[in-house]
Amino acid sequence: MARLINRIRFGRGLVLLICGIYFAVPMAASLWFSIDDNKGGTTFRAYTELLNAPGFTDSLVLSLELAAVTVVVLLLLLVPAVLAARLGAPRLRPVIEVMCSMPLVVPVVALTTGIIGVLRWGPDYLQDTPLFQTIVAIQDPKFPIVLIIAYVLMALPFAYRAIDAGLRGVDVVTLVEAARNCGAGWLRAVFTVVLPNLRSALLNAAVLTVALVLGEFTTASILGFTPFSVWINSNGKSDGQMSVAVSMLSLLIVWLVLLLMSAVGRGRKAARS
Amino acid sequence: MTTATAPATGKAPAAGGATVEFRSLRRSFGATTALDGLDLTVNPGELLALLGPSGCGKTTALRILAGFEQHDSGEVLVDGQDITTIPAHKRDAGMVFQSYSLFPHLTALDNVAFGLRMRGTGKAERRKRAHELLDLVGLPHRAEHYPHQMSGGQQQRIALARALALQPRVLLLDEPLSALDAKVRLQLREEIRRLQQELGITTLFVTHDQEEALSMADRVAVLRAGKLEQCATPSELYGRPATAFVAEFVGTMSRIPCTRTSDGVEVLGRRHAVDGELPADGDLDVLVRPENVTLAPSATGPALVVTASFLGAVSRLTVRLDDGTEVKADLPTEAAAALPAGSRADLTLPERPVLVDRRVA
Repeated sequence: MARLINRIRFGRGLVLLICGIYFAVPMAASLWFSIDDNKGGTTFRAYTELLNAPGFTDSLVLSLELAAVTVVVLLLLLVPAVLAARLGAPRLRPVIEVMCSMPLVVPVVALTTGIIGVLRWGPDYLQDTPLFQTIVAIQDPKFPIVLIIAYVLMALPFAYRAIDAGLRGVDVVTLVEAARNCGAGWLRAVFTVVLPNLRSALLNAAVLTVALVLGEFTTASILGFTPFSVWINSNGKSDGQMSVAVSMLSLLIVWLVLLLMSAVGRGRKAARS
Repeated sequence: MTTATAPATGKAPAAGGATVEFRSLRRSFGATTALDGLDLTVNPGELLALLGPSGCGKTTALRILAGFEQHDSGEVLVDGQDITTIPAHKRDAGMVFQSYSLFPHLTALDNVAFGLRMRGTGKAERRKRAHELLDLVGLPHRAEHYPHQMSGGQQQRIALARALALQPRVLLLDEPLSALDAKVRLQLREEIRRLQQELGITTLFVTHDQEEALSMADRVAVLRAGKLEQCATPSELYGRPATAFVAEFVGTMSRIPCTRTSDGVEVLGRRHAVDGELPADGDLDVLVRPENVTLAPSATGPALVVTASFLGAVSRLTVRLDDGTEVKADLPTEAAAALPAGSRADLTLPERPVLVDRRVA
C-alpha cells in the first residue's frame, strides 16, 4: 500500500514537472529574448521604451474598461436569469444551459462575421433614426460597445458554468424561504442571503470573463478596434524584441489582475472564517 | 443544555398564541392532490403535530400557512383573519426547516438577529435580543461560530432561536429533527417542547415519526391522501383510533379474522363487544394492540410462538394461529422467557378490541 502511494506521489510529481517545464520554458525563453542585448549581456530597453510607445496606455486602459463593463453586464444578465430559473421555474434550467452553451459551438470568426453583417445593415432612409444612430454609437472606437456585446456572448458558457457550480453547492430555495420567513422580501433575500453565498462563484465567473476579454484578439481585430491584444500584435510587427516584451508584460498584467481578484475573494472568505 | 421531560400528553396548553384554522383547504400539483379539503383548527398555545406518511399533504399544509405555497381553494385563518393575500415575509410565522437552513455566511448571532435586522431593529437591541435567544436554546458560547463550525443539533437549535426572534404568533416546525441522530433528536424534542410551553406559542409540527408526534404534541392530526383522518390527543389516538388507517399507522396492530354476531364479533371462539359500528358487509378483522394480547404457556394452545424480540422491559412475541394469522404480543421479558420460539400458548384478547375493520385482501 505504502509503495502504491509512493508511486502515485511520484507520478503526480512527474506530471507536475512536465507541465511546469511546458509552461516555464517558453516564458523563460521569451523573457531572455526580450532582455538580450545580442552582445552577451542584458538590456531593459524594450521594457523602458514600452511605456512611452504610442497607444500602449490607451489600449491597456481600453481593455481593462471593456473587461470591467463586460463582467458587470454579464453578471447583470446571467445572475437574475439563473436565480429566477432555480427559484421559480426549474424546468427552464436546461433551456438556459443550452442557450448559454451555444457560443461554444459557434466559431469566433463566424460570430464576428455575423456582427459585421448586422452593423453594415441600415438603408439610407434610416440614417436619421435612433436605431441607425445607435448602431453607429456602439462602434465608437473610444469605447466600442459592440465588443462588449460580443464578449458577453463569448463568456456566457464559462460564466454560466461557474455560477451554476456555485448554486449547486447552496440550497438556494431553502435559504430564500428562510430569509423570507425572517421578514425579507424577495429582492432583499437575494441580496442579503443568496449573493453573499455565491461570492466565490461570482468571482470565478468574473475571473474567467476578465481573462477572456484581456486575451481576445480575433473579434477586436476584424472589427478594427485596438484593445491591448491587438496593439501587441501590431506593435510586434515593427520591433520583435518589444513585441515579446509587451507579451510578457501583458501576461504579467493579466496574472496580476486575476491574482488580485482571487485575493480579494479569498481575503473576505478568510476574514469570515 | 437544559433539558426537560416531555409533558404528559393532553396537557392543557398555555394561553397566548394564535388560533390557526384550515378550512376546506385544497391544493393539487398537476394530477396529484396534496390536500383534499383539509379542515383543521389549532388552538392558541397548542402544539399540534401533523402526522402521516410521505405525500399525505402535511408539509404542503405547513408551507401554505408559511406563505411558500398557494392553495387552490379554501381558507387559512390566523386569529380569524384570512392570510391568503399576505406575503410570506409579512406572515409573522417563524419556521424551522427540515434541512439545515442557517445562512452560511453569518455567525450564529447574526443568524438569530437576521429577522430583527430585516425589521429595522437597531444593532445594539438586536444583538441583545439574539444573545437572549442563544441563552434560551443553550448555546450562548456559539454566538460567533459559523454554521459549518456547529453540529446538526446545534444548527437546528440556532434555527429555532432565529424562528423565535421575531416573537411570531405561530411556530412552524417542518420535520426539524429528521436529519439528526437518535440521541440528539431526543434531547432536541424535549428542548422544543419546553420552549414551546414556556412561550405559549401556537405550534404546528410536521413529522412522519409517530413516536415524536405522540411524545411532544398536545394533539395529533393524522393525514392520509390530503384528508384528515383523525385529530385527537395522543392517548385517544392510540387507544381509540377512528379508522383502521390511524390504528395501524399509530403504533403496532395485529389483524385477526372474526365473524359477525348479533351483538359484536366472535374471535377464536369467544364473543367480543365492539365500540362503534361494524362495517355493513364483507369479511371482518379485529385489530388489537400487542400489549392487549395475553399469552400463557399451554402445550395444546392455538398459538405457536414464531419469534421473540427483546425490547428491554418487555419482549415482543409473534405467534402464528392455525389459520396462518400472525399476532404480536408484548409480554414482560421474564414472562416471555417461558415462551421460547416453537412453544405453544393460549391466546387471550381484550374484552373490547380496538377496532373492527373490513378484511384486507
